[in-house]
Amino acid sequence: VTTTTAAGTPAAEPVGTVAASAGPKRLRRPGRRSGYAYIAPFFVVFLAFSLYPWLDTAWVSLHDVRLTTYQHQTWIGLDNYRNLLSNKFFWNAFRNTVTIGIISTVPQLCLALGIAHLLNYRLRGRTFFRVAMLMPYATSLAAATVIFLELFDKNQGIVNWALQHLFHLPAVDWQGSKWPSQVAVSAIVTWRWTGYNALIYLAGMQSIDMSLYEAAAIDGASRWRQFLYVTLPGLRPTIVFTIVISTIGATQLFGEPLLYDPTGQPNGGTSNQYQTLGLLMYQQGWSYDRLGLASATAWTMFVIIVLAVLLNLYLARRRARAS
Amino acid sequence: MHTRSRATARMTSGIAAACVGLLAVAGCSSDSSSASSPSDAASSGPCGTTKPTTVTMGLFGTFGFKENGLYDAYKKVCPNITVKEDVVEQSADYWTRLKTRLASGSGLDDVQAIEIGFVADVVQNHASQFVNFNDVSDAAKIKSEFYPWKWQQATSADGKDTVGLGTDTGPEAICYRSDLLKQAGMSSNPADLAKQWSSWQDFIDFGKQYKAKTGHAFVDSAASIFSTAVYQGNEAYNNAEGQPDVDKSDGVENAWSYATQAAQDGITAGLSQFSDPWNKAFSGGAFAAIACPTWMMGYIQGQAGPAGAGKWSVAPVLPGGATNWGGSWLGVPTAAKNKPAAIALVKWLSAKDQQVTMWTSKAQGGHFPSNRLAAEDPRVKDATSAYFSNAPVGKIFGAIAAEMKFPPIGLYDTQIQNTLTTQLTNVETKGTSPDQAFGDAMDQIAQITG
Repeated sequence: VTTTTAAGTPAAEPVGTVAASAGPKRLRRPGRRSGYAYIAPFFVVFLAFSLYPWLDTAWVSLHDVRLTTYQHQTWIGLDNYRNLLSNKFFWNAFRNTVTIGIISTVPQLCLALGIAHLLNYRLRGRTFFRVAMLMPYATSLAAATVIFLELFDKNQGIVNWALQHLFHLPAVDWQGSKWPSQVAVSAIVTWRWTGYNALIYLAGMQSIDMSLYEAAAIDGASRWRQFLYVTLPGLRPTIVFTIVISTIGATQLFGEPLLYDPTGQPNGGTSNQYQTLGLLMYQQGWSYDRLGLASATAWTMFVIIVLAVLLNLYLARRRARAS
Repeated sequence: MHTRSRATARMTSGIAAACVGLLAVAGCSSDSSSASSPSDAASSGPCGTTKPTTVTMGLFGTFGFKENGLYDAYKKVCPNITVKEDVVEQSADYWTRLKTRLASGSGLDDVQAIEIGFVADVVQNHASQFVNFNDVSDAAKIKSEFYPWKWQQATSADGKDTVGLGTDTGPEAICYRSDLLKQAGMSSNPADLAKQWSSWQDFIDFGKQYKAKTGHAFVDSAASIFSTAVYQGNEAYNNAEGQPDVDKSDGVENAWSYATQAAQDGITAGLSQFSDPWNKAFSGGAFAAIACPTWMMGYIQGQAGPAGAGKWSVAPVLPGGATNWGGSWLGVPTAAKNKPAAIALVKWLSAKDQQVTMWTSKAQGGHFPSNRLAAEDPRVKDATSAYFSNAPVGKIFGAIAAEMKFPPIGLYDTQIQNTLTTQLTNVETKGTSPDQAFGDAMDQIAQITG
């Protein structure tokens, strides 16, 4: 969802490397060598800005490093990692990342699927809806979060107003209480990324043969059944892709919870109630000046992402085999 | 040492000090370098160089030198020198950038501002990377002009290395809404209030009466009380060696007890300082008093706007004794490209007449001098503030500056203070017990000090 800041998370980058390796073997034209020259700029940039920081982060994570005394790094082996795993702030951030990830990703993808399905039919003003759907994605995150902060304000927010006056429920502290604040942060994420995912689903749906729908319609299948038996199976690879991307995004979640804290500090609320791993890493590295510990967090996040993606792929493959 | 840097950094608008003093152009102040072997020794005259030179100044927030016309004035003193600012809005970001530059040894400006929140770190870890102001020409004379505490905070424990010359400082009093106190049927006379607010306990009791009469909070936040009272101890966050010592500090213990008492009595508005809701509350009536370093007057004006003029006032008192919040220095990195010119500029900017201008200027004044001669100058002493009901701010803050107490500062003061005041918000808004909140803060502080 969000890209991580300079603290040195390499996690997002390595994904793109696989594609380039398997080239065609058949031709021995002079163009073959120049091919490497063509792709060289990418790899040079990749080496300088992804691979090197990625390895350097690993090196730094094995040292006690502060930016202010950067010249004096002390080797401490795996102490930073040990510190993390026995650290209540790490586990708190880990749990928050998982719960916010679930509260934001699941509704987001379900909504996106539904919206894409509706937009796939002929309807009046289709282009308008398709553009409108993508607007949140094109909106500045900072601006949007400020609006959400106002909506979720404890005293003057429209959300609490509606709860009290329309539903006769008590007001909720959307900032201070744990679950409400996580729901609010998830709402920002969901709002922002639903349209983007819907667009990807829509593209996937358009590659499904329309005659399948016609055939299903002739057999008397309702739109819901068409969705279940034509759309979903046809979309499976696309769905796996969006789940993987959303998982990575959710693990790196940073901008929304940072901006949702009215003090602008990476606390994730006064009791760290919505501090994610991304925020914790930033706090360790830049607020507390402990680059070694922050690097260890960065690498731990990377491992978590790899494990989560592998789990996704494993589940997807098992399902594919089952059906 | 303070958190103003967080949101808005230095003040955004001009200060009240509706004063006299237009630019007092001051000749090339004192030094016509004749001394023996100072680091700015030079054949090249009082401006450090005779060649046309652009001196870069690394600053954060709004320092006010440019706004108050000092660069233009310097142009008249040293026509060959042009000053260019390189500004980062937030002091925390500025400090990160400065650390990066110091670590790599490149990209440093000719002059780098140093704030009280990280001056201890600069002195302890980077003294060798800054020009030592004990070695410049006229060093002894310059040193004698500053408040000793100002000089000492930027100086190594052995007294040999001084990394910068002082700019402003932040003596504190109490700013209050005289209109709200009047409405509540309470005294709004500064002299009366000074008598009633001599200790924090009296201040809190006064707040309880106000709350009983109006139903409104009295003070903006528990943090306001805490961040002030903590520096009234013999220790704040560090022991005499400058090592973090939070759980044994008398300053922390007393400040925590007063702040949590105020929170539990419900006399605080429960707003996080420098957050948006806090900023907005200045124009409403959510609270009637706030701990008020000199720079806070400018902040209040910026947030409350013209409509607040005459509603605010300053009481000539700080409960619990005089103390300071904030302040900065100007240092010259040894790697600076134009070192002699930079040293000359720093000397000039921190000299008496310029510090007087920084307090009295109508454009961006309100920076209280750290230069003792400037603080004692009649132009500073006689300053009053129209916005703050014509309060004699020069006398009020001058008296406090003369008595201020300075517990040792350390490497992590800013972060430690942020952690403790964040936990105070939990006591105020969530009913967390003070002991629980303190325990949580200590856990977090262990993360900071590592």
